Amino acid sequence: MKVGFFPGCSLEGSAREYNESLQAIAPVLGFELSEVPDWNCCGATAAHTLNHKLALALPARILALAEKAGLTELLVPCSACYTRLAATRDELIHDEALRRDISSIIELPVTGRTKVLNVLDVLAACASDGLKDKVRKPFAHKVACYYGCYLTRPEKLASCKRAEDPQEMDDILRLVGAEPVDWAFKVECCGAGLSVSRTGSVAELSGRIVADAADRGAEAIIVACPMCHTNLDLRRDAITEKRQTPYSIPVLYVSQAIGLALGLSPRSLGLHRHHVPVRLPERPAPSPEPALQPSGPKED
Amino acid sequence: MSASAQHPTHPETLSEHVQDATGESVFNCYQCGKCTAGCPLAAEMDFAPNQILRLLQLGLPGMEEEVLKSLSIWLCLTCETCAARCPQEVELPKIMDYLRQQSLKRGLVHPKARDILAFHQAFLDSIRKNGRLHEVGLISAYKLRTFHLLQDVLVAPKLLARGKLSLLPHGIAGKADVARIFAKCAAADAEAGRHEPQTDKAEQP
Repeated sequence: MKVGFFPGCSLEGSAREYNESLQAIAPVLGFELSEVPDWNCCGATAAHTLNHKLALALPARILALAEKAGLTELLVPCSACYTRLAATRDELIHDEALRRDISSIIELPVTGRTKVLNVLDVLAACASDGLKDKVRKPFAHKVACYYGCYLTRPEKLASCKRAEDPQEMDDILRLVGAEPVDWAFKVECCGAGLSVSRTGSVAELSGRIVADAADRGAEAIIVACPMCHTNLDLRRDAITEKRQTPYSIPVLYVSQAIGLALGLSPRSLGLHRHHVPVRLPERPAPSPEPALQPSGPKED
Repeated sequence: MSASAQHPTHPETLSEHVQDATGESVFNCYQCGKCTAGCPLAAEMDFAPNQILRLLQLGLPGMEEEVLKSLSIWLCLTCETCAARCPQEVELPKIMDYLRQQSLKRGLVHPKARDILAFHQAFLDSIRKNGRLHEVGLISAYKLRTFHLLQDVLVAPKLLARGKLSLLPHGIAGKADVARIFAKCAAADAEAGRHEPQTDKAEQP
């Protein structure tokens, strides 16, 4: 399966291990990533905060280049980029006048025909295509699957079916041997783009997420967004200071957890690039204390 | 108070401008407070999200300025929780975007929001110059804008040691195309600004 690929800026820098792990698992899972030629930044929070038209034009150029390259589907691994591209595509498809206006601004024809996929969409397709059979070393750990904002919201753009308690990432992780815990901060915001300009607020929000994951017995937090990773991993010292409690729980990209299960080396998956060291207990018993994790009805 | 379902042809109040620009009517809000209950940063805001909507509903001139001068509009993370839970389907994040843009144009940005604004501006500058974001350039530019020169000095060596900092930007072939997109969008924004009230202290993003 050939799929278009828009890595986005973080995957060239602070989130390069997300890129490395995606590139490593792709051939094993049978998909080929075809990068959009000469892509630009999607504009992120800054563009939609300061200039509405720019927030549409920047993602539209990426969509136009993807169309020109004949890509019918585009994987956007960063959740924040994903929502900008999906929102722009949605507006372009439903508004012909806007389409003309944006086309003239970017000086490229754009229709919105290239479908935008997030990482869970692509992994779900792999899951139904024999992912389980490719597992060499089950990722037998308790995990807190963290979705954050843009994999579940806005509902019309997100592919997760339950906005308050999504299950898509949990289902994929179960297939590779993990045991997802039931926890309360799956879809809470990490503080996102305020990481630099208001680190204290981010330490507060991200601290609650890390603390709940650890308190529920998770051995790792699994994420699918570079911004979430930065705030939960790189900002761990600020979190420790804020909460006056050290938390050692590592934060892995979903592609890294799957890569480990596929038997790929930690180095090829970029695990050495994290701030919080990735130390996972060697194959714990599948369910040491089942009484502590009753499978009762889920809060919604 | 009745919802003005139609697009106002000559918007006058801020709520009418909001509707004209975003398609969202603040009068759909019946003040249940669910947005505020779920907002991750409501506790740090000067006006809770539902209060922002209330001030817009009342529409008195002094209150409109209160909204544009508020810290709340800059703290909004656009996490979309309020919109996902609103029983009236008010898309508050869209409204917040519009309010921020107006606050900037009218020179009413809250003093405590200056760092947040500086970060966004440094971010866009980096894209305008390189086509893509250059993280090292962004942080340097942010520090120069805010004089927070020592912030995160302990984080940078960690990133560098892990091979996560590229010192030079990844410029793209279409750099000039991206710069032209910026110029056209700024011009369109200035043109739109002529139909909005009190834009004397305009500042471009």
